[in-house]
Amino acid sequence: MRKFPGIVAATLAGMLAFGGIAHAVQPDEVLKNPALESRARALSSELRCMVCQNQSIDQSDADLARDLRVLVRERLTKGDSDEQVLDYIVSRYGEFVLLKPRLSLHTLLLWGAPLALLLCGAVAVLYSVRTRRVAEVSALSEQEKQALEAILHDDRKA
Amino acid sequence: MVEIGHFALVLAFALSLVQSVVPLFGARTGNERLMAVGGPVTVTGFALTALSFMALTTAYMQSDFSVANVWENSHSLKPMLYKFTGTWGNHEGSMLLWVLILTFFGALVAAFGANLPATLRANVLAVQGWIGAAFFLFILTTSNPFARLVPAPIEGRDLNPILQDIGLAVHPPLLYLGYVGFSVCFSFAVAALIEGKIDATWARWVRPWTLAAWVFLTGGIAMGSYWAYYELGWGGFWFWDPVENASFMPWLAGTALLHSAIVMEKRSALKIWTLLLAILTFSLSLLGTFLVRSGVLTSVHAFATDPSRGVFILCILMLFIGGSLALFALRAGSLTAGGMFQPISREGALVLNNLFLTTATATVLIGTLYPLVLEALTGDKISVGAPFFNLTFGALIVPLLLLVPFGPLLAWKRGDIYAAAQRLMMAFGGALIAMLVTVLFIDGATVFAALGIGIAFWLVLGALTDLVLKSGFGKVSGRIALSRLAGLPRSVFGTALAHLGIGLTVLGIVGVVSFEAERILTMKPGETTEIAGRIVRFEGLRPFQGPNFTEDRGRFVLVDAAGKDGAALISSKRFYPARRMPTTEAGIRTMGFSQLYVSLGDELPEGAVVVHMWWKPLVTLIWLGGLVMMLGGAVSLTDRRLRVGAPSRKPTRIADKPKPAAS
Repeated sequence: MRKFPGIVAATLAGMLAFGGIAHAVQPDEVLKNPALESRARALSSELRCMVCQNQSIDQSDADLARDLRVLVRERLTKGDSDEQVLDYIVSRYGEFVLLKPRLSLHTLLLWGAPLALLLCGAVAVLYSVRTRRVAEVSALSEQEKQALEAILHDDRKA
Repeated sequence: MVEIGHFALVLAFALSLVQSVVPLFGARTGNERLMAVGGPVTVTGFALTALSFMALTTAYMQSDFSVANVWENSHSLKPMLYKFTGTWGNHEGSMLLWVLILTFFGALVAAFGANLPATLRANVLAVQGWIGAAFFLFILTTSNPFARLVPAPIEGRDLNPILQDIGLAVHPPLLYLGYVGFSVCFSFAVAALIEGKIDATWARWVRPWTLAAWVFLTGGIAMGSYWAYYELGWGGFWFWDPVENASFMPWLAGTALLHSAIVMEKRSALKIWTLLLAILTFSLSLLGTFLVRSGVLTSVHAFATDPSRGVFILCILMLFIGGSLALFALRAGSLTAGGMFQPISREGALVLNNLFLTTATATVLIGTLYPLVLEALTGDKISVGAPFFNLTFGALIVPLLLLVPFGPLLAWKRGDIYAAAQRLMMAFGGALIAMLVTVLFIDGATVFAALGIGIAFWLVLGALTDLVLKSGFGKVSGRIALSRLAGLPRSVFGTALAHLGIGLTVLGIVGVVSFEAERILTMKPGETTEIAGRIVRFEGLRPFQGPNFTEDRGRFVLVDAAGKDGAALISSKRFYPARRMPTTEAGIRTMGFSQLYVSLGDELPEGAVVVHMWWKPLVTLIWLGGLVMMLGGAVSLTDRRLRVGAPSRKPTRIADKPKPAAS
């Protein structure tokens, strides 16, 4: 994240607007059941803190992120599956909350691009290899001939 | 002094205009005197920029708050080191550093380019001049660091506390040396297009610049990653943040360029593609500058969110990227394609490397810009974050990593994939054993973890295999093999080290992602907790007064099995009164390649405190791998053919010719 000076700073400045510096997950949020807790953590890292820039609710100190973390844990303890929890949160907060957007019409390009580009690239490489079976030998320019002559001449002298 | 700095900057701008036009005109008309103007003008431009930079640095070190930029970003009580580094800890100063490095590279080309053909040298310097002129104008019109304040304030507003760290002294200069270093490759590419002539010697001239820029960028990214890791108190090392991606894309493209330039140099193939990559790499550097500086990502990370700056940089971006690509489209057809090769060959492997690396670059680019474009076009808001990049980038990079060890073992023109595979049997066996050990002996090892460890060992052992085979261990006696090893070209060592470094980084990433342990708890003084088989006792908080901050220091002690106290670490929470900002200073204890990482949360009654504690296995390998990659690049840079092999204008005698590479 911190690729430029000031970047780090601004992040923190942003965080401060939402209450003091602390750590994302607080001891009182942690669920007793370790299996449920680890599912909660995994889900949290896929959900965006809505008031932060590119932070998951698992990393964020914002109050809203805390609310969402608690909500995720409530749904999990009620027996929701991971998918149900995500559906529920998306229904309340919209697609924007997902850090990994779902495949749909408007994310088709996003998800399709890597594979499409790889295939296009592969086709282009194969095409250029096939069409370039014949070596192209270009003649020397006048300048290059003179340079060659000079080198040969020099060698003969030596 | 401040006005002298401002004036020097204006002069440097004027000189950059001369540099942009005169040598180019000279090259077009064949006028040697006009071409010769390029060198002195470039060097003088660098000297003036350096003077300007020194003026700003002096204002910072003297805490001259009559300069608006100093007032906004400095404080009289700040330690001297941070007064100095604070020069570039803000938008205006960092742009000045940017042009300083740009003119520095220009001056290097002027100084070491004596063996270049005069027209190529003149054109390269002219293109450097264009870039310089655009950025000087940008600084002078929208981001003047020398603006004065009347009346001068008594005290400054202090540098952002997060930046008051040694990281600021190292990370931005390294990163910019990398970013801007690629401008030389760009200038060479555009100059070649202007001349309409490109051959293998072009690649030999460009390769050292590419290597140097790549080494710096690798260091800049690795340093930034470690800085974020220890400073932010989450222990994360990579966040796929747009700003990180902005530096990662030129790195990926630069890595591709490094590899395709080898093919061009040795086999005179891939010429047009290499040219395009050189243009794209620097374009991505410019794009990164734009993304960060313009605030177009509405990122809290950009410290300049001024629309006029954004529009200006967008213009620079369109001019250079659009212009160079248009020139490429116009001229590429007239360039002759180079040598032939079979699909299974060193060239073929390097093409495959380029295919994967450029696709990965494009994936990162699309992921970074997609939400922006989608919102502009349809108004839909989506997020593209770490989970997306981990999945797509991971899927693209794993096949590439698997192929890496094959590359150096294949022969030029026509390689034998079965022979290469046979030679790699030992490395493959080693990787398999590592995977088995992971699955059998480490608790909670997943399939992902085992595969990741396998890939890491495959890379490390593969790199070593290359060295062992090329020096003939096992075939000839140990002494002969050793002397052969010493006689191998430096570039072979460079390759092996760089590939080994990737293996180490992969090992670190897999180690920390798969086997990290974490505790979130409230601790009272004297209480202990267990993490990854280690007992840690909290000793309590103690106040401490720093030069321009106050802090609460929490002391933690590791307790060994016998109940004896071992190593201790200090984790603290700071408060900077000038900006009224708190920061966390994580406590880190390195043990082997692993680290114990402790950061403090809220204070509670009775001296208790919220503690977040991690055991991060092998985490330091992530950055050590980066260092090894840098070392590889640096060793390769000292290769004989780059030092003395660059074609000189003097005819060389046969005996002096550089030895052909061993492969």
